[in-house]
Amino acid sequence: MTLEGVPGLEVDPLLDDPATRIVVCCGAGGVGKTTTAAALGVRAAERGRKVVVLTIDPARRLAQSMGIDQLDNVPRRVDGIEGDGELHAMMLDMKRTFDEIVEAHADPERARAILGNPFYQSLSAGFAGTQEYMAMEKLGQLRSREEWDLIVVDTPPSRSALDFLDAPKRLGSFLDGTFIKLLMAPAKVGGRAGMKFLNVGMSMMTGTLGKLLGGQLLRDVQTFVAAMDTMFGGFRTRADATYRLLQAPGTAFLVVAAPERDALREAAYFVERLAAERMPLAGLVLNRVHGSGAAALSAERALAAAENLEEGRIVDQGPGKTGVRGPEATSPEPGAPRTTAALPDAAATTTDVTSVVNTDVTAPPAVAELTAGLLRLHAERMQVLAREKRTRDRFAALHPEVAVAEVPALPGDVHDLAGLRAIGDRLAAGRH
Amino acid sequence: MSRLQVVSGKGGTGKTTVAAALALALATEGKRTLLVEVEGRQGIAQLFETEALPYEERKIAVAPGGGEVYALAIDAERALLDYLQMFYKLGSAGRALKKLGAIDFATTIAPGVRDVLLTGKACEAVRRREKHGGFCYDHVVMDAPPTGRITRFLNVNDEVAGLAKIGPIHHQAQAVMRVLKSPETAVHLVTLLEEMPVQETADGIAELREAGLPVGGVVVNMVRPHVLDEDAVRAARGDHRDGIAKALASAGVGGSARLVGPLLEQAAEHAQRVELEREQREALAKLQVPTYELPFLGEGADIAGLYRLARELRKLGVGA
Repeated sequence: MTLEGVPGLEVDPLLDDPATRIVVCCGAGGVGKTTTAAALGVRAAERGRKVVVLTIDPARRLAQSMGIDQLDNVPRRVDGIEGDGELHAMMLDMKRTFDEIVEAHADPERARAILGNPFYQSLSAGFAGTQEYMAMEKLGQLRSREEWDLIVVDTPPSRSALDFLDAPKRLGSFLDGTFIKLLMAPAKVGGRAGMKFLNVGMSMMTGTLGKLLGGQLLRDVQTFVAAMDTMFGGFRTRADATYRLLQAPGTAFLVVAAPERDALREAAYFVERLAAERMPLAGLVLNRVHGSGAAALSAERALAAAENLEEGRIVDQGPGKTGVRGPEATSPEPGAPRTTAALPDAAATTTDVTSVVNTDVTAPPAVAELTAGLLRLHAERMQVLAREKRTRDRFAALHPEVAVAEVPALPGDVHDLAGLRAIGDRLAAGRH
Repeated sequence: MSRLQVVSGKGGTGKTTVAAALALALATEGKRTLLVEVEGRQGIAQLFETEALPYEERKIAVAPGGGEVYALAIDAERALLDYLQMFYKLGSAGRALKKLGAIDFATTIAPGVRDVLLTGKACEAVRRREKHGGFCYDHVVMDAPPTGRITRFLNVNDEVAGLAKIGPIHHQAQAVMRVLKSPETAVHLVTLLEEMPVQETADGIAELREAGLPVGGVVVNMVRPHVLDEDAVRAARGDHRDGIAKALASAGVGGSARLVGPLLEQAAEHAQRVELEREQREALAKLQVPTYELPFLGEGADIAGLYRLARELRKLGVGA
């Protein structure tokens, strides 16, 4: 379980520190990111903080475990939290969030025009990146309400874990771009003297786009853009503010991964990217790490002992049958000898049981078989441990500075607060 | 036999690996397959241990019996420029569009255009014919977006056809939809025998069916053998501590008394896993979709592992 030379991630001090205002959980899909975010929320609340957890796309069972299985985009208080703290949880509804922005920043008539625009309806329901942008927007909103002293954010299940950092910028640069200005105010640009060249370029372009998209869609886009005109400054400003918020000292990024090659490779990219963006990384949460209480017994020795037990039984069951060892020694197939050896004694099994008791193998055959099974199971577990250690070591060699908290694998999924609490305990104890 | 095999799955279930193995499996006996990637992650290059794939169909593997696997990482921007070139002979005007940010707009901001281009390119490869009239590729295998987004991704053309009511994009969207909703296409979902991925698979299948998209099979990946069978698991629950300690000692394991507890604990965890997996298999059986199980590869999916999975898929008859 220990990783030599790797700093441990202290989860409790991070959650307890009043200066920590935002914890962002990021990482590849399928590594337990949302569960980690929820468990951190429960733990922080039970340690006395007023917490809100923003989840993006939780599995139904996980949402149910926090009582937020209905999608409504509003933080709801989670019942059953022990202690003085509070836990609120919400699930992001990106369309609703987008609508709220429009409603908040445009006069009612204009808002109606925007909300009814077909292009807007598609855009808000999800062009690649809306979810990421809206997650950041929601984070900014929650933070500015000053109602919670800690916000735990889950990040969207993107095609790449880095998307949520890029999407707001992408939208921002689009809204600031030449193209949108041309689309927005063709008359203005074309009317100015000396802009003839641009005008030609523009009409060629809108002509092409019109052909490509169909004139009606282009008109929808133009109407939409015109209606959004006044809001653009706001979008850009807020995207920048949220980005700066992520760089602020009160923010802590936790990269979540599982001890598997692909997940850790993604984690390494993320660590590098956060450093490049000067975003504060608190550490790596490594989920689903396997351990063994019998780690002193190696896989090789366990397998050898299992073979001993299985062979011992076979030999003892066939005393006087000289041929038994013969095929075993010469058979090229490792699986074969057991069958060949087992066949002749089928008839003699009942009488042979007594002979087993009298030999050096003192356990009855059923127990010997069971023990061999336990040893084989242990060998498999030790092989998993070795594999996980190799992938972790590779990551640690690349990023020795990253603090790591290891969360032991649970045999089942999390269904309730108790389950989230148990994960939180493991997270806090997971510094080596 | 479907010529476009779409492989989706929850993150972490190994969908890229399964897609690559399927491309290999379908390429045996002199067939030619194209493996396409649409998410710009270069997962195929990593899997086949080659340098990043360009926007170009290139041979990356040879299958047993002389088959060939080609790979293509579809880039939406390049696909759009190609498309403009093909229909409008744009040339330098295309570059001008790019400079103005129009291409960026179309591929990242405009709703659905990106997905239209990606699915469109894949469908073009499915329909492409050689001079003699035969198909260029016997099969096209797509490493598609994850289960949570797959229906939206494949169905985007329906939406676009509604949004752009006329023009070439409208026609293109309709043509793509005709391929995707036909028996020429099969959408497979990769899962693990765990609760969350199985639940997501069930939801994904319901969504695909509702959208009228053809569901292929469920591929259960990374299935680990049960070291202890159910009888042994039951036996482990009884009190055999002394007997096991003695058996360990007789087999030459030192300090056996201290090992019995942890070993039995591992057996209990194993039993719990066996039980959970049994429940998940039952849940999958209820979906009434062909289910295929692939073994867990101890050392991860390297090239040798990929060929092994391809043999398994072939044996199981996936996609055939």
